[in-house]
Amino acid sequence: MSDMDDMDDGSGIVKKFMFLNRKAPHGTVYALEGLEVVLITAAFDQDVSMVFTDDGVYQLLKGIDTKGIEVKDFSKTYRALDGYDIEKLYVDQASMDARGLTEDDLIVDVTVLSVDEMANLMAEQDVVISF
Amino acid sequence: MLHIVNKSATDRGSLESCLAMATKGSAVLLIEDAVYAATNGSAAAAKIQAAAADLKIYALGPDLAARGMAARVLDGVNVVDYAGFVDLVAEHKSCQSWL
Repeated sequence: MSDMDDMDDGSGIVKKFMFLNRKAPHGTVYALEGLEVVLITAAFDQDVSMVFTDDGVYQLLKGIDTKGIEVKDFSKTYRALDGYDIEKLYVDQASMDARGLTEDDLIVDVTVLSVDEMANLMAEQDVVISF
Repeated sequence: MLHIVNKSATDRGSLESCLAMATKGSAVLLIEDAVYAATNGSAAAAKIQAAAADLKIYALGPDLAARGMAARVLDGVNVVDYAGFVDLVAEHKSCQSWL
């Protein structure tokens, strides 16, 4: 094997990416920007997990109607994520509890994790990106 | 006096600061991410309901709807539209935004 064969242009490397979403959807631009970066990452065939914790759990609520505030309703995009092979969606149990929310209130199927499970998931990532 | 809060009570301390400073008979209008505080099950729900004894609490309807919270508003919270927002500003001698 030559030295050239050891070099890699980056294609074919799959890293574990976690996108950590901690902001409510419309008061800041973080949620929308985070969603767009997730879609870009998926286009590079990476191993993507999306995590929703703290006010980030509000991003996934059903029944969002943004007509009155005249901004884009991107909540339906979460339902399209599995079309981009993004199927690992996690929410934090304590964040849901603190906001009076249950899985039935959410627009997509998620895996609910305890804080310890969430910590382990974070620890095993190659890259964590926070929004 | 009209107090306006626009940040989530589970992200910032502005609602708490506002409620500590608002005197009896004042109005508090929750807008943008602050509206979550005025919903059933929120961590701030008890504080809002306690405050409603001495203060008039309002929440902006379009911001509730944009957050999927239109059907979860706490009892004792008055929902207003943009015209109602303008009326509140006009009715009160002064206004404080808790940015």
